[in-house]
Amino acid sequence: MAKFKMHLLVCGGTGCHASLSQTIGDNLKEILVEKGLDHEVQVIMTGCFGFCEKGPIVKVMPDNTFYTEVKPADAREIIEEHIIKGRKVNRLLYQDPENKEHVSDSKHMGFYKKQIRIALRNCGFIDPENIDEYIARDGYEAMGKVLTEMDAQQTIDIIKKSGLRGRGGGGFPTGLKWEITSKSQADQKYVVCNADEGDPGAFMDRSILEGDPHSVIEAMAICGFSIGATKGLVYIRAEYPLAITRLKIAINQAREYGLLGTDILGSGFDFDIELRYGAGAFVCGEETALIHSMEGMRGEPTFKPPFPSVSGYLGKPTNVNNVETFASVPVIINKGADWFSSIGTEKSKGTKVFALAGKINNVGLIEVPMGITLREIIYEIGGGIKDGKKFKAVQTGGPSGGCLTVNHLDTPIDYDNLIAAGSMMGSGGMIVMDEDDCMVSVAKFYLDFTVEESCGKCTPCRIGNKRLYEILETITLGKGTMEDLQKLKNLSYVIKDTSLCGLGQTSPNPVLSTLENFWDEYIEHVTTKKCRSSQCKALMQYIIDAEQCVGCTACARNCPVNAITGERKLAHYINQDICIKCGACLEKCKFNAISIQ
Amino acid sequence: MTKVKSLADLRKMKEGLESKLNLREKSNNPESLVQIRVAMATCGIASGAKTVMEYMIDELEKRNIEAVVTQTGCMGYCYAEPTIEVTLPNQDAVVFGYVNEKKANEIIEKYIKNNELVDGIIPVNYETIKK
Repeated sequence: MAKFKMHLLVCGGTGCHASLSQTIGDNLKEILVEKGLDHEVQVIMTGCFGFCEKGPIVKVMPDNTFYTEVKPADAREIIEEHIIKGRKVNRLLYQDPENKEHVSDSKHMGFYKKQIRIALRNCGFIDPENIDEYIARDGYEAMGKVLTEMDAQQTIDIIKKSGLRGRGGGGFPTGLKWEITSKSQADQKYVVCNADEGDPGAFMDRSILEGDPHSVIEAMAICGFSIGATKGLVYIRAEYPLAITRLKIAINQAREYGLLGTDILGSGFDFDIELRYGAGAFVCGEETALIHSMEGMRGEPTFKPPFPSVSGYLGKPTNVNNVETFASVPVIINKGADWFSSIGTEKSKGTKVFALAGKINNVGLIEVPMGITLREIIYEIGGGIKDGKKFKAVQTGGPSGGCLTVNHLDTPIDYDNLIAAGSMMGSGGMIVMDEDDCMVSVAKFYLDFTVEESCGKCTPCRIGNKRLYEILETITLGKGTMEDLQKLKNLSYVIKDTSLCGLGQTSPNPVLSTLENFWDEYIEHVTTKKCRSSQCKALMQYIIDAEQCVGCTACARNCPVNAITGERKLAHYINQDICIKCGACLEKCKFNAISIQ
Repeated sequence: MTKVKSLADLRKMKEGLESKLNLREKSNNPESLVQIRVAMATCGIASGAKTVMEYMIDELEKRNIEAVVTQTGCMGYCYAEPTIEVTLPNQDAVVFGYVNEKKANEIIEKYIKNNELVDGIIPVNYETIKK
């Protein structure tokens, strides 16, 4: 039997996968065979390492070397230099952005220093398609304990005591939800995993399912046992093919081992899981809409109560939890409620996974303790703002959340503080914006999303959001008035107050939050018709400085609409009526004669 | 595939599987374990460093000593190859030269197990720039 002395972990998350990590893995294996090392060195495709900015990642164990931005062609060098000769390939090591030094192992990278990985504990460590590796890392131990040594109420009590709250956005206490569902009487109950991750820029659930699908399966069985359900359903969007494939493999492996099915571990408890595919509608992340979609009906929310815990899927009591919530459960059972509640803040316990995106150096997936400050996330883990620009805001909670500004940099992040700051935790997307982002346009972007995603059931959401979008459009075109700003505010409150589900109740948040925090930018757009970030095309002009212009004609020759006129060797002029503000002239001018005003 | 029939079964299975991940598990906190680095440049390999490394890995496991064995480049003591550097927890690293299987056995038994020095130590003749 092969006895491996070294492991090569290749990231198989979606990001790295797209940058050919599968080919890297194949190349590594091929060259190992060629060198006769395939019995000594094992290549393992893992889940997401989180450091997507510098992907694809290849990690060499046991010396913990962390290679970044690896290309398929680099496989030979890694094997010939590192594996055979023992010399690290310096050019592939992570470079510290501050002192430009190569950092060989992940422990010393700023990106990983502040992270505590609970939900992501196995991501980037085990092979998600191999149940044995999960079991070796205490996998199914928690389920075993619950099924054979504990009763349902004891299990619920541990989750309640741990303080775990729903990671999908709302932050409802998980243990309480389980308890309510367990008390409903019915011949059949259901456990549903909400994997309908819809926020733009959020990919934590996808990464967990791709990197550690068994943790979700195990937790669903634990939940099933606690609430008295024998059937589990995962509602996952069809545009997550890799997550679906790995989840299917995992479910089959668990069945083969008898960890799903009848009489699990001799306890007499039956549980099995099926998949349900969503077509990718944002509103289906709302639990009642999700349930209707699973039933084959239109994905529209309905009035609560009755809550799904009383009447959900097919009218039976149903417990819906998010992927990340489930992924935390086995660890809580194994390590205890006290351990979990020792991490985090008073009302928000444990850790939260965030997807860092936008104008930040280290785009990626991070898991940090609740109560960490925005400053730590952006500057220490995220490595600061791209190109040394100035930080302006960060949008949390996606289209349902709001923006946090410089003033919030030192606020400890938890469910309640974010709501107090006019935003929300949401599923954990964090989009970082710098000085070049126009906040009116940002609000418009999110409204564009909600207008598209509103299911249309309630008038305030269907029509109100459209009107909000139109007013924002008017403002960015420079035709807004002060009255419009007041209208924006009033309409926002009406939509919030009168919509049925979470989508409509939160969709005006980006507007309200930008109005609150960036009032002066709105005023500028309305009164002086200026966009300080030069994002609103209607509000800017490309101007040629006659003193600087030497009349080289480069701009005129490159203008796609012939808006620039002027004689050779004489100053040129841009006709603003024709100009489409494409910026081609600015790029071509070698004499810095063209500026944006 | 056999079914897992009880929690005891599962735990037994886990014990068997754990060793496969040991390599990865250990490299997460090498400071608390015995660390051995084998110089594996061309000269080291030519003098048999590979055999020594394999011997060390196998023997340490057989004797139940938790250690991380890694390879490194040339340490500069080409005259004394194969060379290995052993770092016991909270101690300075010690370099041994002319290591063959017999010597390796002695190092494990005396130095690693009992912290007793053995012949063949190479005085470190340089300092490395600390990061």
